[in-house]
Amino acid sequence: MLLLTWRNLLARKVRLLMSTLAIVLGIGFLAGVMTFSSGLNATFQNIVSGSTSDGLVRPAGDVSAANAGVATTQLITPADIDKISALPEVEDATGSVDGFGSFLLGEDDKLVGGQGAPTLAFNYAPADNMAGEDILVLNEGGWPEQPGEVTLDTSSAERGGYEIGDTVTMIVPTEGQDPRRTFTLVGTADFNGGGTAGATLVLLDTAEAQEIFLGGEDAFTSVALTAADGISQTELAEAASAVTPAGFTAVTGDKVVEETQDQIGQFLDVIDIFLKVFAGIAILVGGFIIFNTFTILVSQRVRESALLRALGASRKQVTRSVLVEAFLMAVVGATLGLLLGLGLSRLLAGLFRSFGLDIAGDVLTLTPGTIFWGYVVGVAVTMVAAFVPARRAAKVPPVAAMRDDLVVQEKGMGRRLLLGTIAMVVGTAFVVVGLTGAPGTDAYWIGAGAVIWVITTAVMAPVVGQPVLLLCRSVFGRVFGTAGLLAGENALRNPRRTGATASALMIGLAVVSAVGVLASSLSATNDATVDDAFKSDFLVQMPTFQSFPAAFGDRMEDVDGVDQVSRQQATPVSVEVDGEPDQTFLTGVDQAFLDIYDLAMIDGTDQMSGRQAILNEGRADDFGAGVGDTIDIQFPGGETIAVEVVGVSEESPTTSGITTPLALLAEAGIKRSDSSLSIMLAEGADRASAKQDLEDVVEALPILSVQDKEEFKELISSQVNQLLYVIYGLLALAVVIAVIGIVNTLGLSVIERTREIGLLRAVGLSRRKLRTMITLESVAIALLGAVLGMVVGLVIGVVLRQSLKDDLTELSLPLDNLVIFLVVAVLFGVLAAVVPAIRASRMKVLQAIATE
Amino acid sequence: MTEQPGEGAATEVAASAKDLTKTYGKGEAEVRALDGVTVDLMKGEFTAVMGPSGSGKSTLMHCLAALDTPTAGEAIVDGTSLGRLKDKDLTTLRRERVGFVFQSFNLVPTLSAEENILLPLSLAGRKPDREWFDQVVDSVGLRPRLGHRPSEMSGGQQQRVACARALVSKPSIVFADEPTGNLDSTSSAEVLGFLRRSVDEFGQTVVMVTHDPVAASYTDRIVFLADGKIVDELRNPDRDQILAKMASLQDVAAQKAAG
Ligand SMILES: Nc1ncnc2c1ncn2[C@@H]1O[C@H](COP(=O)(O)OP(=O)(O)OP(=O)(O)O)[C@@H](O)[C@H]1O
Ligand SMILES: [Mg+2]
Repeated sequence: MLLLTWRNLLARKVRLLMSTLAIVLGIGFLAGVMTFSSGLNATFQNIVSGSTSDGLVRPAGDVSAANAGVATTQLITPADIDKISALPEVEDATGSVDGFGSFLLGEDDKLVGGQGAPTLAFNYAPADNMAGEDILVLNEGGWPEQPGEVTLDTSSAERGGYEIGDTVTMIVPTEGQDPRRTFTLVGTADFNGGGTAGATLVLLDTAEAQEIFLGGEDAFTSVALTAADGISQTELAEAASAVTPAGFTAVTGDKVVEETQDQIGQFLDVIDIFLKVFAGIAILVGGFIIFNTFTILVSQRVRESALLRALGASRKQVTRSVLVEAFLMAVVGATLGLLLGLGLSRLLAGLFRSFGLDIAGDVLTLTPGTIFWGYVVGVAVTMVAAFVPARRAAKVPPVAAMRDDLVVQEKGMGRRLLLGTIAMVVGTAFVVVGLTGAPGTDAYWIGAGAVIWVITTAVMAPVVGQPVLLLCRSVFGRVFGTAGLLAGENALRNPRRTGATASALMIGLAVVSAVGVLASSLSATNDATVDDAFKSDFLVQMPTFQSFPAAFGDRMEDVDGVDQVSRQQATPVSVEVDGEPDQTFLTGVDQAFLDIYDLAMIDGTDQMSGRQAILNEGRADDFGAGVGDTIDIQFPGGETIAVEVVGVSEESPTTSGITTPLALLAEAGIKRSDSSLSIMLAEGADRASAKQDLEDVVEALPILSVQDKEEFKELISSQVNQLLYVIYGLLALAVVIAVIGIVNTLGLSVIERTREIGLLRAVGLSRRKLRTMITLESVAIALLGAVLGMVVGLVIGVVLRQSLKDDLTELSLPLDNLVIFLVVAVLFGVLAAVVPAIRASRMKVLQAIATE
Repeated sequence: MTEQPGEGAATEVAASAKDLTKTYGKGEAEVRALDGVTVDLMKGEFTAVMGPSGSGKSTLMHCLAALDTPTAGEAIVDGTSLGRLKDKDLTTLRRERVGFVFQSFNLVPTLSAEENILLPLSLAGRKPDREWFDQVVDSVGLRPRLGHRPSEMSGGQQQRVACARALVSKPSIVFADEPTGNLDSTSSAEVLGFLRRSVDEFGQTVVMVTHDPVAASYTDRIVFLADGKIVDELRNPDRDQILAKMASLQDVAAQKAAG
């Protein structure tokens, strides 16, 4: 039997290659995602542990200033550092000046790495990491030794188009000075762990760092500690604590690593899950194609199976021979898939690099875990998909060998319809439970229901797709004549095959459409929110919503025609919820903000001063606080201030959960900077010229933009779209697999119908019309998949939107996109038919007719 | 031009082969399927091609029907030499001037009997001549079966549908390669009767390959092939003549094989 299996595999090289391709792509995607994820983890791991010293003295508090990305005014003096370094447990104590709110501009005056990764500016002071190695490793040139010199990380220097010796421009947050400052690039360096994961490193001379970030004070924001020989991290931290000045705390390096990893881990998990969902979709689609291929192969082998049975093979043996074939195919497919995955992970890394997340190439390797899962998933999916066809092959009665035209008996559609209807009802029940707010997460219920819907539709495609195919037949027949009619008939002749082939595409398009509904609803919601909340004439923000030097706002106040410039500064803070510190955001606002935005108050007043705050409804609920109550807010740097709640407002996109006077942030030791400016023009002012003048002010920081309402809407929707395109890009793989499925099915059908094609050619079907016929059949399959997918996807999208209606207040159907999808589906259909059509039209008429 | 003016209208040539040669393979393995066949097939005549298995009957028919290209020589259908035609023109010629009936698998399974019959016309984008269609359908006796698909018909019925299809486009010549090879005697009689009538009543030209002396006795003329050459010919044959000819040819073949 094994010999036969082997012969079968060899005899059907091309067909098997095509379905192996489905496994290769599915596993390739999975392996690529896993490799990428572990590479991403390794990158951060390396950087975090490679850049952390044995111990750290830093501002106290639950909100780490460094992680919050805001500058505090708490400082540690050289005398304090001397005290720490005098300790016998401490071998070395190095003061650092960590600066926030600075930006590196490239040679083209564009922001370098402006897509989310932070710019870390600090003084160069050599310190060791936990492993006793240098934290920073020089790549080229040297370190900054005097004011005016700078060392950048290798990748940022490259992206900025700088070479050593060049003049580098930066935006610095020095109060009362021109934010643009130039330096000479003296070297490039990287974290010991390799790379910077996209962050921009700016190393300055200590005195200049102090001048820029600390107003010239000879002080530091934190101290890196190296333990003396034989001293543990805990002993080191304890010893240092004894002499740490007030407002500071000494922690172990391990704790810093752990904190950082927790924070990064959440972000990495999101990426990981996100990518794995797509891998799952790709594999599901691949499974359908494998199933379909085996079904066709088995039905083409009816006589052979029957002959085997007639010669005495047991059913088990027949089943096994098909399954062994599937197994061999899976192993080959998974092996190739793993290799493909390695390549794909590099591609993903490249994609993420363009979003500013740098992943070193050398951490992208196939881990044993990835290899294990690649084979397990590949073999499992293939075997499961091949099982039903294998059983079907075994059921062929031996007598079929003697007959000419016996087809494998398949179960009636009636049963399928019944089971499908039941499954649809069950899926709907899940969705209803999710929508009516059952126990547990709504999204899980709805998600489960949606998955049931998709799979059921896939299985029911032969039944529910009938109308689409009938329509195709009549339209094709009318437009393309006989060739069209024949194509329609061919698509209809084996509804199971057509349905199963279309299913693969259906799944892909269902996800695409559902995502499309959500994205379009998100854009519509944003538009509505902006319409509602955008009260000022202009808004000044960074697209990444980072904060920027206050100097810009100061200058805008002097622009002709400007009446008011409202300042908002956001910061993460910590407030206890049920006895646990809970991180949230606070926005400090000035009086102008309250005038412009006129918060919708539920209770109390929006007029506040000193240690007073307005909470929005949600936060008030969380804190269990109302007007007149006092809440303790802990700021980055550890300062805790008791604040009186004077009002509760409705939620507003213009501010965070907690709104306080701007002055409170200064009191808490947060350095001034702005996260957003709202600008009101004086009555009768010339809008265009005012805008031009405002833009001149921000020219120094090219990424800071002055936007009116429409521009702001565009910015938001372009951000939504960017994410959408990434998702579409990832889903494209599932669609590619689906298209391969169509190619495969068509190819097999062409082989199966060789004699029929010969006959058609003999009675006068021209080559061109034959190609048209096959192409149209392909288009019919693609349209079936697309239409079913879009219908299911739309319903799922609408349901998901409904469950998220608190956040997605508007429902919008991306109808224009759907039209595009349909057109693309037709194009894919045409594309998928190219090879089978050429093969068919190359067949020699006589040979085709003579084929048994 | 022909030496024997036949009894009826059979004076014009519908198709002819001129020194037609077809070889398969090369060198030692070379097979001469046709070895210089020259024959004229007359309009309005029912011609049978007979000969031992492997004598080149099908090959001759395929070359004349524009399904295959000869190695040398010329095949002419309805005055058109096939040698210089491209695939597109050959397709058109097949569609419009030639009709076919194969031994089996004549019909497109997804189409009904009527659609199958009209297939060459609809491929050509021509409107069927309803009157002619009705006449053809009635003469094959298929009217009640027009809506059925091939899988719902018997082999004999399927062959009759195939005959109707071959006739409906009014081709210059109909080729049938063992059209009754798979049929029992009753069904064979139906099909052959129909072919005969199409010649007598509609003036159709039919060329049929057969091994069956009974089938051959329906024809006006029999051409005998052996080893790729025309070895003999009979006019208005009866069964005994045919059997005798066949037997002698078989003997020659057997002697050859033995010697
Ligand atoms: N495609 C081919 N390749 C090689 N040889 C071929 C091919 N087709 C036919 N032949 C050979 O050509 C010769 C004539 O074949 P042909 O099919 O014309 O015979 P036939 O008279 O129709 O026989 P039968 O009565 O068995 O149908 C045979 O010897 C056959 O083996
Ligand atoms: Mg033959």
